[in-house]
Formats: sequence, C-alpha cells, structure tokens
Amino acid sequence: MSLIDLANPTRFLALTARVLPWLAAATVIMLAIGLYQSANAPDDYQQGATVKIMFIHVPNAWLSMFVWAVMSIASLGTLVWRHPLADVAAKAAAPIGAAFTFLALLTGSLWGRPMWGTYWEWDARLTSVLILFLMYLGLMALWRAVDDPSRAARAAAVLTLVGAINLPIIKFSVDWWNTLHQPASVMRIGGSALDKSFLIPLLVMAIAFTLLFVTLHLAAMRNEILRRRVRSLQMMQASRAAFSSEAGSGSRGQNASNEVGAA
Amino acid sequence: MTALSALIRRDIRIALRVGGGALIGVLFFLTVVVLMPFAVGPDLALLSRLGPAILWLGALLASLLTLDRLFMADHEDGSLDLITMSQTPLELACAAKALAHWLAAGLPLIVATPVLGLLLNLDMVATSAVALTLLAGTPALTFTGMIGAALAVTLHRGGLLMAVLVLPLSIPVLIFGVAASQAVIVGPMTFGAPFSILCALSLVSLVVGPFAAAASLRHGLD
Repeated sequence: MSLIDLANPTRFLALTARVLPWLAAATVIMLAIGLYQSANAPDDYQQGATVKIMFIHVPNAWLSMFVWAVMSIASLGTLVWRHPLADVAAKAAAPIGAAFTFLALLTGSLWGRPMWGTYWEWDARLTSVLILFLMYLGLMALWRAVDDPSRAARAAAVLTLVGAINLPIIKFSVDWWNTLHQPASVMRIGGSALDKSFLIPLLVMAIAFTLLFVTLHLAAMRNEILRRRVRSLQMMQASRAAFSSEAGSGSRGQNASNEVGAA
Repeated sequence: MTALSALIRRDIRIALRVGGGALIGVLFFLTVVVLMPFAVGPDLALLSRLGPAILWLGALLASLLTLDRLFMADHEDGSLDLITMSQTPLELACAAKALAHWLAAGLPLIVATPVLGLLLNLDMVATSAVALTLLAGTPALTFTGMIGAALAVTLHRGGLLMAVLVLPLSIPVLIFGVAASQAVIVGPMTFGAPFSILCALSLVSLVVGPFAAAASLRHGLD
C-alpha cells in the first residue's frame, strides 16, 4: 500500500473507515495513561504543582509546529506530485493546527502568570509562536476566501511553504536570543535535562497528542472529501435545473422549486 | 539582461506617470504620520520617543497599500501573461518587477523620512538612523509583500486578504527595524546587531520572495 494507492478518494474513505476506530481507541487509552501519570508525577521543588501544566503545554507546542510541518509536506504534494488528496490534507490540518497553537499559547500564559509574574511577555519564543498562530488564521482565511478549491489549494501551498521558514526560528529562538522562555530541555545535545519522573509522562502525553492529531486529521479529511462530493453534486443538480428550466418553456418556477426541494 | 533592465525601466516609468500611483504611497505615509500626534497628543517628548515606531509603522502600511499594484495592472492588460511566457526566467522577472516597485514606491518613503522626522521632533542622528534602517528594511517588505501580491492576482482577491497574509511575514522586519533605530536613540543595545539581522532579513527575502511569487504565478494563472 503506497501513497499513490490512496489517490482514489473512495479507497481512502474505505481504509480510514476501518482505521479510525482503532486510532480513536488508541488515543483515548494513551491520553488516559498520560493524564494518570502526569497527575501522579511529583511536584517540582521550585514550581510546586504548576509544573503539571507542562504535560499539556509542551505537547501542544510540539504539535503546533508538527502540524505546520505536515501541511508543508502536503503542500509539496500539491505543487510537485499533484497528489489529489494533498490539498485535502493541507486544508483539513489548518484548523487543527490553529487549535493546538492557541492551546499552547493559552496554557503557556496560564503557566507564566504564577512563574514569571506575567501572562504575556514579548520575548522571541512567544512572539514567533504568536506569528505562527496568525499565519494559521491567515491560511484559514485564504481557504475561505476562494470558492474554487483547486485554485485555493495552490495559493495556500505556496504560502504554507513560505511560512515553514518560521519553524526553525521558533525552535531555535530560545538559543539565539536571551529569552524569558527557558531553552530546550527535552531534545538537546547531551541528553534530556528532565528527570525520568517528568520525562516519561511527558513523552506519553506527546504520543497521545500526536495520535489525537492523526485521528482528528483523518476524520477532518473524510469530512472534507464528503463536503466536496456534496458540493459537486449540488453544482450538477443546479446546472441540470438551469438546463431543464431553459429547455422547458412553461413550468420554470415549478421545476426550480422541485430541484430546491430535492437538494 | 537587457530584457530585465527594459522591464525595470518600463515599470518605473508606468509607476511615475499619470495613473501610476507610486507617489500616493508617500502621501499616505505623510497622512499616517500626521494622524499620530492627534491620537497620542501633541507632547513633543512622547512623540520623539515614539518617532521611530511611528515612522516604521507608516512606512510598513504605505508599502503594503501600494503592493497590490505590483501585478494587478499587468494582469489586467495581459502583459503579465507575456512576461510569464517569455524566455526570461519568471523568478528573475519577478525580482526585476519588485526592484522597480521598490525604486518607484519604496525609495520616496525614505526620502520623505527626514521631513516627517521634523514633525515628530526627532533630532539629526535619530532621523538618519531611521532613514538608514528603512533603507535596509523596506526591500524586505517589498520582496515578502510580492508573495502576497502574486497570491492576490492569482486569486482575484486583493485588499484585506493580502494584508492578513503579508503582515505576519513582515513582523520580524518591523521588530528589528525599530530595535535598530531605538538602539541609536536611547537603547543600551548596540546598533550593529539588530541592523545586521535587518540586512539579513532583506537578503533572505530577496531570494525567497521571487521564487515563491513565481511559483504562485506559475501554478495560479490560467
């Protein structure tokens, strides 16, 4: 089963219909394990119980960048390989990514209030994530502004790839500038700086959130495919109605109301 | 090469003549800066502290508003299709168009900066610092904005959508432009570091902008 086999939307729908329940179940199980472990994780000696926000905040922040990376690969699929489902994937991912980014900003500011003494600080990490959030919203606005999906897809793909420049800036902002936000402590040279009692729940939560994204993404892609089918059926019906009302001389209003009722 | 210089000369000439509207950007810049004292009050000390930020914001908005002319007029009269089909690589043609646009619409903003600095109670050093950062930074605004202009022309949507797409990309330019100007006037920071980053942003956008705009035109025009 390669990626090209999934180019047929019907086959994609059939496959995802079988996979999705399992994915959803795995997401629920991992989330349950992760939440249980994070609740049982010890308090930090400096931060107290607020350190538990980390188990929500960090996976959200990771996912906010991961989703943009997925969208960038999908955009390459649109522009280079012309994969028919690539733009569906890119479109479906944008609102999910925006939600993850918003949650990362929200939990971050709730964590920042007791720890830093402020909800918001214009430092490099926070500002670059805020820019990422604005770009998600801009992308969604672009998808909504254009009614022809394939035309919108190519424009959105170019914009997504340009926006991908922001990803390394977000990742390395804490190293390049002296920021209030702490530097990387999980993925860094010389091993993680986190104690095992924090690291394991965090990784479980990261896997759970990734599974959550995959589940939501596949479900959103199914919805998008079905939405496009409904749209093309409606267009066909509308053009048929227009044609028949042009052909039929007397019962124009009758025909139109029949078609509207059928739609 | 001659094709590109011909393109640059043509674009500048069109922009400067009647109906070109390159100088409307300067007028807009002036109006925005004049509006600011009414908004924050005619306190000269406050104005001189906010001056660089006001000038940068005005220049950003002025260059944003003139951007949709970059491809739109050429698209309407069909010359954009000729440029797309010509022997010259589309990336180079896009870069030439953006350069011409910057010369016609961006450079007058920088020329106008000293006059506007007087209105905002900026001294000689501060005004020249702002002018220098604008000189280094406005190419980045034009070249990243070109991506938005190309998207706008392929989607037949200009105005607010383009602003929403382009403005997040121009935030870094604004940050480092204002930081460099403030470093000269008040700041404990050195002028060199933010100014170098500003130059780097311009150089990166000089590479990324034409490629992204050309890709968007190539895939979007039909």
